[in-house]
Order: sequence, then C-alpha cells, then structure tokens
Amino acid sequence: MRYQVEHQTLYSYDIPVIQSQQLLHMMPRQTDFQQCVSYTLVCEPVPAEQSRRLDFFGNHNDYVTLLVPHESLEVTSRFQVDVQPRPILAELLQSPAWESVHDTLQLQATQHLSATPFVYATAKVQVSEALASFARQCFTPQRSLLDAAMALTQHIYSEFEFDPQATDISTPLDEVLKGRRGVCQDFAHLMIGALRSLGLACRYVSGYILTHPPAGQPRMVGADASHAWVSVYCPVYGWVDFDPTNNCLVQQEHITVAWGRDFSDVSPMRGVVLGGGQQHLTVNVTVTPLEYTTV
Amino acid sequence: MQSVLNQLYFSDRYNELLDSNGQARPHWQALLAQLESEEPTAMRKRIEAVQRQVRDNGVTYNVYADTHGVQRPWDLDVLPLIIPQDEWQHIAASVAQRATLLNQVLLDVYGEQRLLASGQLPPALIYGHNGFLPSCVGIPHYDNVALHHYAVDLARAPNGQWWVVSDRTQGPTGAGYALENRTIISSAFPELFRDLNIERLSGFFASMRDSLAHWGHRVADNQAQTVPGITALGQGEPPLVVILTPGPYNETYHEQSFLAGYLGYPLVQGSDLTVRNGIVWLKTIAGLRPVHAILRRIDDDYCDPLELNADSLLGVAGLTQAARLGNVLIANALGANLLQSGALLGFLPNLCQSLLGEALRMPSVGTWWCGEPAALEYVIQHLDDLVIKPAYPQVRSSPIFGEDLNPSQKESLIERLRAQPDHYIAQEQVDISHAPVLTSHQHQPQIGSLAVSLRVYAFATPNGYAILPGGLSRVASGKDARVVTMQRGGTSKDTWVLSHDSQPPFSLLRKTNSSQDLVRENAYLSSRMAENLFWYGRYSVRNLQKAMMLRATIRALLEYTPEMRDGEWVTMQGLCQWFDLLPCAEDEEDLANWQPWADDDIEPLLIQSVFSQQSNSLATSVQQLFQQAFNLRERISNDHWRTVNVLSRLFITRHQHATLQDALSYIEQAINHFVTLTGFAMDWMTRDLGWRFMSLGRRIERLQFMCVLLSRALGMPQHSNLEWLLQVTNNLVTYRARYAAQPEWLPVLDLLLMDDNNPNSVVFQIKGLVKYLEEMDAQDNAGGIATELNDCWQALLQLDPDQCFTVGNAALAEWLNRTYAVTLTLSDRLSLRFFSYASPLVIPRY
Repeated sequence: MRYQVEHQTLYSYDIPVIQSQQLLHMMPRQTDFQQCVSYTLVCEPVPAEQSRRLDFFGNHNDYVTLLVPHESLEVTSRFQVDVQPRPILAELLQSPAWESVHDTLQLQATQHLSATPFVYATAKVQVSEALASFARQCFTPQRSLLDAAMALTQHIYSEFEFDPQATDISTPLDEVLKGRRGVCQDFAHLMIGALRSLGLACRYVSGYILTHPPAGQPRMVGADASHAWVSVYCPVYGWVDFDPTNNCLVQQEHITVAWGRDFSDVSPMRGVVLGGGQQHLTVNVTVTPLEYTTV
Repeated sequence: MQSVLNQLYFSDRYNELLDSNGQARPHWQALLAQLESEEPTAMRKRIEAVQRQVRDNGVTYNVYADTHGVQRPWDLDVLPLIIPQDEWQHIAASVAQRATLLNQVLLDVYGEQRLLASGQLPPALIYGHNGFLPSCVGIPHYDNVALHHYAVDLARAPNGQWWVVSDRTQGPTGAGYALENRTIISSAFPELFRDLNIERLSGFFASMRDSLAHWGHRVADNQAQTVPGITALGQGEPPLVVILTPGPYNETYHEQSFLAGYLGYPLVQGSDLTVRNGIVWLKTIAGLRPVHAILRRIDDDYCDPLELNADSLLGVAGLTQAARLGNVLIANALGANLLQSGALLGFLPNLCQSLLGEALRMPSVGTWWCGEPAALEYVIQHLDDLVIKPAYPQVRSSPIFGEDLNPSQKESLIERLRAQPDHYIAQEQVDISHAPVLTSHQHQPQIGSLAVSLRVYAFATPNGYAILPGGLSRVASGKDARVVTMQRGGTSKDTWVLSHDSQPPFSLLRKTNSSQDLVRENAYLSSRMAENLFWYGRYSVRNLQKAMMLRATIRALLEYTPEMRDGEWVTMQGLCQWFDLLPCAEDEEDLANWQPWADDDIEPLLIQSVFSQQSNSLATSVQQLFQQAFNLRERISNDHWRTVNVLSRLFITRHQHATLQDALSYIEQAINHFVTLTGFAMDWMTRDLGWRFMSLGRRIERLQFMCVLLSRALGMPQHSNLEWLLQVTNNLVTYRARYAAQPEWLPVLDLLLMDDNNPNSVVFQIKGLVKYLEEMDAQDNAGGIATELNDCWQALLQLDPDQCFTVGNAALAEWLNRTYAVTLTLSDRLSLRFFSYASPLVIPRY
C-alpha cells in the first residue's frame, strides 16, 4: 500500500521572532514493513542553517535555524511510503507468558539489548503500583504476552474516552488513569506506563493513520492528525505494535515516523525562539492512499 | 591541653587527632603546640577573626528553601584537617585511578556500549537512570576525556582506612570554597604556614587552566577547519573559556563567581550564549565572540532546551549539536550525571580490573544495589545495620537509617524496596572518623570533636588527572550527625596536606613574558555584564540620593518649627514620595485632595521609610543595591564587596522601637558607606568599557534626580529656605565658601545647574554623558545616541541666568521637564542597543 502524507505546521507570532531553532522528527523511518519512497521538507522563511542526522533510536532528526526576523513560520513535510501488512494475532501464537518475558529481560538482558532502553520509567512516563495493578486486570498469571497486550489495548479503548479537552501535554499519567479521558498520546503513555510497571519493554511510536471518510463523502484535506501508538517487545516475534486509541493490532493503515521511550523523544517539532510573544499554532495533516499493491 | 584532649577520645571510631593511646598523632603536634602556647583570649580572637573574614568576604552558600534572601554565611572551623604526606600519596593515587576509571565508563556508555553488551553493567544502571541522555550518545571527546572535573567524598573507617562514600561527576562543587578557606585559615595561622610545608593549592588551578587552554586550542583549530569564515587563533591568542552558571540564585553562585575571578574566565548565563553555524558564541557589546570551552555549573539536562529538557530556561539551545561537531569543549561532557549513582559503586572493582587491568585502590563503603535479587534479600535481612539511599538522582528520598525504624515503618520500607528494587541502594552504616573542632562558647574557646568527611578534587590534563592537594573537609553539625552535607548545616574545614619539601610561594597570576602579553582592555564584556554595571551605577546613586533626601527631611522636622519650614516642607514631602519613601496618592482625585502630613503623622512614616522591610524604604533599597552588586561579584574587588556587605548588614536587624534620632544615625552611617562605594567606583575601578557603562548609569540617575529636584523646587514660594537644596546635592560647603550669606535663588541655581566644576551639577552630568555617548557613537555606530542630550546642553547654555534662574520660571521648568524625558528615552535606547538580548525565551509546545 502506498501513501502520500503532507504535514503542515504553521506558527504565527504576535511580535517578530529574531532567532528560531527547531528540531524536527518528521521524516519516516525505514522498517521491516515500510519503505520511504520520497521525502521533502520545506520551511518558509528559508532557514539560515539546516542539517539532518540519525539519533540514538535511529530516527531522522532535522535541525533548522532561522535568523531572519519573521512573524510566521511554516514547515511542510511531504512524503510517500510503501507499507506492507504485518502478521495478525492468529499468526503470533508462540508468544511466551508475560512473566517469562519479564524474567528474560532481567536475566538475559545481553541477548535482548535493543529492548533494554525501553524497560524503565522516564520523566514523562512514570511507573507505579497503580499502573501495575491497572495492567494486571489484563496481565493475568501466565497469560501470553501478546494476548494480554491485545486485551489491555481493548481495555483502554473501551474504558477511556477520547477527549482532546480533558488533557494537555503536561497532564501526568496518574491523572489520565483517574480521569479516564485523553488523546492518543495519553493512551499510548498510559499503556507504556502500565507495561513498564510490570517490567516489560515497550516504546512510543509516532506517525500517522489512514482515516476513512463517511461513506459517500470525499476525503477532507488537512483533517487528519499525527498519531501515536505502542510497540511491545516479544522475545519471539520482536516488536509488535498495538493501537489503544483505535483498539487494533497495527496492520497496514499506520505509517511509522519515529519511535522512542516516550513522546519527548520523538515530538514532531520542538524548538526555541527568541522574541515572538504570544504564538498561535495550526497543524494540517493529510494522509492519502495512492495505490494498492498486491503482496 | 592533654586533659581536654582526653575528653575527645572515642574508642569506637578513628580519631584524626589522637591515637589509640589518647596521644596526639605526630602530624598534629605542631598545631597543638601552637594552640597550647596561646592564651585563651588569643585563641578566641583567632576564631572571631576567621568568622569576621568569612562574613566580610561574603562567603555564602545559598540554601534553596531559605526565604530570607539568597545568602547564608559559610561556616568555617578554625582547625584544619591535617593529612600526612604518605597517606596523601595513597589518597591522590586512588582518586586519580577512580577518575580514570569513571571516565572510561562514561566514554563506553556514550560510545560503543561494550560494558552493556558484555553484561558488565546491568542496563538498569544506564537506562533506568534519568541522567542517561540518548542525545549525547556518539558525541566525540578530545583526548578521550569526557570527565574533566571530578570530586569524590571520602570518609575514614574505624580501622583507619579511607573509603569512598560517593562520586560527584557533574559540575562538582566546593573546590572554590576550599581555595577560599585556605586564604582565610592561612592568614589565621601565618607562622604555621611558614613552618609546616603545607602543600599549596594554586598549582592545581594552574593545571586546570592549562588543560582548558589546551583543549580550547584544539576546538579553535576544529572550528577554523570546519566552519567557513572562522579563522584560527593568532599567535599567543588565548582560547575563550567561560564558566556557565545557573545564576545568582544557585546555591553555589558565590563559589562560581569566586572561581571565575580567580581563573580569569567570564562567568556567563545561558542567555549570554547563542549557537549559530554549530558554534557557541558569547554575546558581547562588541558583537559575537566564538567560545571554545565551557566549564559548566548547570546540570546536564538543563544545558540545552532544544535537545535536552525543553523546560529549561538556563541552557543554550543547540549546545548539544555544537558539542557533537567538536566545536566546543564542555567540562564535564553532557551526560556525566549518569555516573553519579550509588548503584555503580558495587560494580567498580570488577570494572577496574577489566578496563584498567588493576585492582581498585580505594574501596567504596559497602554498598548493595537492590536491583540485584540476591542483594535485595541481603538488604532486607540486615536492614538495621544499613542506610537506604536512592540509586538515582531522580528518586526523591532522604537517607533512611534502618535502625531508626519501628516495625511498621520497616514493613512499609521493605514493600517499597520490593516494588522498585532498582531505585534503591543500601550502604553499610559506617562510624566515620572524628576530627577536632574549635568553637567559641560564651566567649570561651572550646575544643570538640565531630564526624568528618573529605571531598577531594581531580581535574583532567592531557596526561592524566591532577589532584588538588587538600580539599573540602566538612564536619557534621546538624541534629543528625550521621549525614554530612552543607545543605543540612555542616561546617567546613581547611585541609592541610603536609609536604616533605618546602613550598615555593606561587600565584596563579603568571608572569608576563613580553610586551605582546600586555592586555589593556578586558577582551569580553558580555551584554548582561554591561547591563548589570549600568544598573549598579544607577542604584548606587539612587541609594545615596534617597539617603540624602531622607536626612534633609528628618533634620528639617527635628530642627525647625512648622512655621520656619512652611515654604519648602511640602516640596520635601513630595520628593520623598517621588522616591516612594512616603505613601503616594493612588489616583488623580486623591492627588487633588492631597494634604501634607502633620508632624505627628509623618514621624512614624519617616522612621518606616528608613527601616521597613515590607514597604519601600532605605533598607529595601540597600538590599536591591546588594543584589546588583552580587550580580557583579566577579567584577568588583574584595574591598569593594566587603563595603557592600557591611552596608547590607546594617539594615538586616529589626528596628522595632526606633526613633527619628536612630533613623538619622543609621542614615549617616549608610551615607558614609555610599560615599566609600562612590570612591571605589571612581578611583578603584579600571576605566574600561564596563566602567563606562556603570558611569553612564550613575550620571543618568543623577541627572534625572536633579531635573526632578529643581523642577519641584521652582514651584516653591519665593521666601523658601534653599539650604536643604544644597544639602541634598552635597553643595552646602561650596556655597558657604563662595557666598557668606543665606542661599538665594540665582547663585543656588547657578551652582546646581551651570557649574561644571561641581560634580553634582546638571551640566557636569550632561557633559560627561555626551562625551561617553559620542565616543560610543564613533566606535559602535550607536546611531546618534548622543544627539538629543547634546541639544539639551545647547539649550541650557542659551538660557539667560538673570532672567531664568528664578523661582517659578517657566522656561527653566520646561527645560528641566524636557531633559528629564530625554534621560528616560536614553536609558531605553542604551538597553536596545547594548543589552537587547534580554527578550525572554519562549518554548513552543507542539
């Protein structure tokens, strides 16, 4: 399946910004199930400096510096990717019991080094007894890891309400757990916190998802959004992605951009500006399916 | 003396002073002999002299939670900790080895990660520690040094062995305090210092400077090779090394400014630096200057809001990227906080074998990391003998002594340990050695004995680590003497390492080799420093004028009947209001109805205007001045600083039942100090660019005041007494010498306006300002910044004294108002042109 994604970020400022430094995580990674066909990044005004590197997690980082005074900043990321289907749950039957996965990560860490950065609490995603007991509602003794993870995905989906007004970027996990409301980022953090509280490895994945317009209506440009979900480490199958916001195992409609320990490792755009005063942010994302390829 | 010493003897601990027979150890005998030969009064004087010098030098340690401002005097014991040479050799070698080892670990974790792959380090120690910064993986390091500056806390066990208690790997604090302690104690025992061959400290700081210069040059070469438009450093041109501070509210700011002054490095805040083209630049009033090395006192993750903690306003956006490109040396490398973990201690013996091929020379205090299941079970079994501490800095928990807990507390601690075993370590509870301390109790010197720990400092050179021969010794003085930290109220000690050789006197200020090395102007004046100097100038003058105004007002109240002062009394009250020293009318209506205060009402208000700590007063104004001086600490001399300190202490005590006479006497004292400060500013400071900004501030402030003073005075009745005008402008003596008569309008106004020999006259301020500003225009193309003021000057010269220098003259009043307005815009224009970096950082949220 080939997709075209356009992600436009527009900042406008009350007073001119005289210097702006931005760090972007917008260029999609290559994965076993995804190849980037083309990528362009356009900034207006034109940056004085621009560079790209791969970070510790293998994500593409773009650095952009603007030195010309400006009252608005427009950053457009446009790319095409091919996405292949991933195994369905029925094909992942050899998943070990979750307790044994925990033991493996503890006792045989050197054989699973790539998973170890994702086992521990971070400043944004704490671990706690409350989160552990939340997880244990699905992670019952000796249940298979992936089976339990799918159950937790469903549990979050059915128990929590999608509500952009309920939380903001700084809402702590405990509050999300109590309030039972939030957005995809909160649900991903919640699931990560719950799994890490059990000593399991999981990462935060940022990207996009194909949305389906109501039957008979055309696809609306710019109506999509960036998305986030969770990848769980299974010693047998490697990383398996779950989307608690949409109650599904990730298949062919998710486009992966970057992954990290939590949102702060992969936020699409973060920066520091000098001047600017009050700022206003508009984001437009359009995900368009281009063609169907048979596999 | 021996009888006193006998009381100090504790059989269960090692005693630094006494051996197991209660006899003084040989290396203490010279000091003891000195103490024994002294009268108690001489000893008391020594103690008091040390305390006074600590206070006067303003040696402080800020405690965050302290609401009474930012300063708390540093506590320094008169008696040093003495360490014989052979013992020191062992300590120095052990600390150098440990620094080498930790540097290797740091390089590996942020490099190839072989220790993780081979299982020599459990992943939890790295990835479970919030100090691990993924952005810093792969940053290159000059000469493979990432841990440049290292400190370690040592304590001595009952068997006499020194043990490591903890490692300090990010911006270790205290080396500056150690240096300052030495200065103070060496002047308390000059004879001993002459006779005892105590190792000097300055060599360590010299090698620190050499190392940073070495790496600074490497960075400069890299910049020149990789960044277009950057030229290599010229012959003999030093690299630019700065100390990056979180600012005056940091707990060790005093030390940072002291070190900056001692090492000759600019002390900068994050906002003084900017990153462009992958290079860190210092914002100076002469433009951007490339920075080569940064000695940082900001925690790792606060150093770069772009890549690290986005909430930080202390750091420099893009710093990580500059380090990645090899365009700046950061000491210590970003990410070094990772090593500051008790969990690592237990792994060091094996790591030392495998990385250095040798045994660890100095053991750590027995430490168990609960993340290992066997260790956790041991800890739970032996809780009574252990101290539980957090394994990582992000885990907020004070040390818990197992022996202090009742059964239910023990239960809940065990529950916590089992829930998050990774997060905790347990350490053996060690009875650390005792050292003698000398206190003054009811004016009698008393010798006591307290638990002591020693912080030793290492600094990397291209050929291994240099060790400071001495260090910061600290004794516990808080309630819980088992924990020794300055934040809990400990006392520090100088540390004497006895040498076999005599010590040549040596100062860090190196000899000048040739005329090429001569420096006539400080190379870098940061915009922030220029602004601080400007405001220090303004506050100094404002304080003096407030004091003069209050003095004149209080004297008028005390010395004249209401009838005698009826002409000027309302105007004097109004000027006190202008200074916010008396309450002001809130709005237009109140202002229209405003009545002068009756004498009985104004008396308490005036007393308040001197002493009040709540409302605006001379006391609060002096504290503002102190803050301004504090921001300049590394720019002003010790004598200058001492005066500021003494002045600030004058108003710290509460004055509950003060009278007008008390107020007057305090004002007099304050004025004396203000005048001393003026003397320092005028006579004791080099007239470089920084001085120029201070001077601009002084003159703008005085000109503003003169304009307000005279325009108000012009509104007085004809018959008013003009003596007070001469008093508040310090011109009474001059006037009397010239005119042996009662002050009259024309000669008074001439003296205050036009006399360019009078340093308090209007024209004197204007002339100086125009001269400085025109020079700045010429040098910096400052955009005709002097023009408006020059116009005012010309207009003043056009005024005919016979016609205009009279009470109520409209032309003169208009001129005064216009000039006042010009001073306001001038201040703003200077800010825009030279200090304008000041816009706050705004961090967008996605």
